[in-house]
Amino acid sequence: MRRHLLSAADLDRPEAELVLQTADELRSLADRPIKKLPALRGRTVVNLFFEDSTRTRISFEAAAKRLSADVINFAAKGSSLSKGESLKDTALTLEAMGADAVVIRHWASGAPHLLANSGWVRSSVVNAGDGTHEHPTQALLDAFTLWRHLGSLDGRRIAIVGDVLHSRVARSNALLLRTLGAEVTLVAPPTLLPVGVDGWGVETSYDVDAVLPKADAVMMLRVQRERMSLEGGGFFPSAREYSRRYGLDSRRMATLQDHTVVMHPGPMIRGMEITADVADSHRSVIVEQVTNGVAVRMAVLYLLLSGNDSGGQA
Amino acid sequence: MPAEAARLREPAPGPSGGRTVLDARDISRALTRIAHEILERNKGAEDLLLLGIPSRGVPLARRIAEKIADVEGFDVPVGSLDVTMYRDDLRMRPARALLPTEIPDGGLDGKVVVLVDDVLFSGRTIRAALDAMNDVGRPKTVRLAVLVDRGHRELPIRADFVGKNLPTSLVESVKVRLEEFDDVDAVTIRESAR
Repeated sequence: MRRHLLSAADLDRPEAELVLQTADELRSLADRPIKKLPALRGRTVVNLFFEDSTRTRISFEAAAKRLSADVINFAAKGSSLSKGESLKDTALTLEAMGADAVVIRHWASGAPHLLANSGWVRSSVVNAGDGTHEHPTQALLDAFTLWRHLGSLDGRRIAIVGDVLHSRVARSNALLLRTLGAEVTLVAPPTLLPVGVDGWGVETSYDVDAVLPKADAVMMLRVQRERMSLEGGGFFPSAREYSRRYGLDSRRMATLQDHTVVMHPGPMIRGMEITADVADSHRSVIVEQVTNGVAVRMAVLYLLLSGNDSGGQA
Repeated sequence: MPAEAARLREPAPGPSGGRTVLDARDISRALTRIAHEILERNKGAEDLLLLGIPSRGVPLARRIAEKIADVEGFDVPVGSLDVTMYRDDLRMRPARALLPTEIPDGGLDGKVVVLVDDVLFSGRTIRAALDAMNDVGRPKTVRLAVLVDRGHRELPIRADFVGKNLPTSLVESVKVRLEEFDDVDAVTIRESAR
């Protein structure tokens, strides 16, 4: 595998399948008395978070620790990052400390790319979400969850419903699921579909009721209430209208095929894009997504870091 | 049937060819003997558990278990133990795909575990397997069965049950092929290009 994971588009089909297969073997670790493997002993993984994201950070932290790596958490709040230090100086600091992998979450789209290609650090860079751009490990864990439920994704229909415009999850998923052979339909109000979505190789629709009965899986995206107000962009008029037209409730869930699963990357807002009875129903695999997240991130760290000695000869 | 026999007798064809040192019957006989030796040493099939090291150790373990079942009428549990994450050369080689680890219900605690692998060479795989087992449970005893021991140990490890001792030079390579993976049972040896 390559040295960095910056975009879901970095992975071709064999590489993506290798990650899923590796994650599948690693998942069984959770059932063992000693939930630890020595593969990354003596390696250092830095979680560099310029944006708060507790769930992604602890998922990466658990993954790195289960592989016996040393983990350093570097959060923006209360550190030099909030005092105006540049990404470059932060990177040089991490390099001086000998980080083997940097897991970066940044509010600016493209920050992981800059970190990986600037020459500031020799470590592997993993994009843990950048701006409205990409979140490849989320896409991998979603694909892994789908793969466990549906088997091969070839020809499977996946509906992604919600704020596609601001969603790095949607973009990474659209790219990866297509690589794995699935047919993706993005469903959103016209205001929340990005310009240029035609080039993603996916279908789009404004009508969730037309898409749901054909879907093999439905992925709901979070819609932030702030996007409603005029200052937030005025993307939709009211939460009630959004829920009515695009929210997943039990009535809409009843139109799904028997095998169809419901996913959500979290954090979800019950009552907004998804009702509580749907989130807690037997179709919902939302909790499983969290478990799978650790296994997938272990697979990514293992594949990026083994055989890639930090000496830099890779 | 004669054609079948002839096919089995013939040296393995193709680029992965080389000199055949064990054919299907030899392999079967060796595994039968190993099964008897395991039973003899253990005084029966009580508490036995066979753990194959993927990939080719796993079908070998299954075959030994079948032979034990034939003799004792007792189904010995069979599992697999992947050692990839415990290898000492992880940092030197490109990442390898992981192989399945399946521990039979009841775990390893208090069991007599027989590790099964196809070729015993440097001993490093077995060292990794002992470490891997440590994280899964605490067997009463661990023994080692291999189809071929080709020598050149780099660690103080030896096998308890050996199908065939095969003195080799370091430039030779030993290849075990099994029907489950390669459509034929054969152990071949050839000069490697290195």
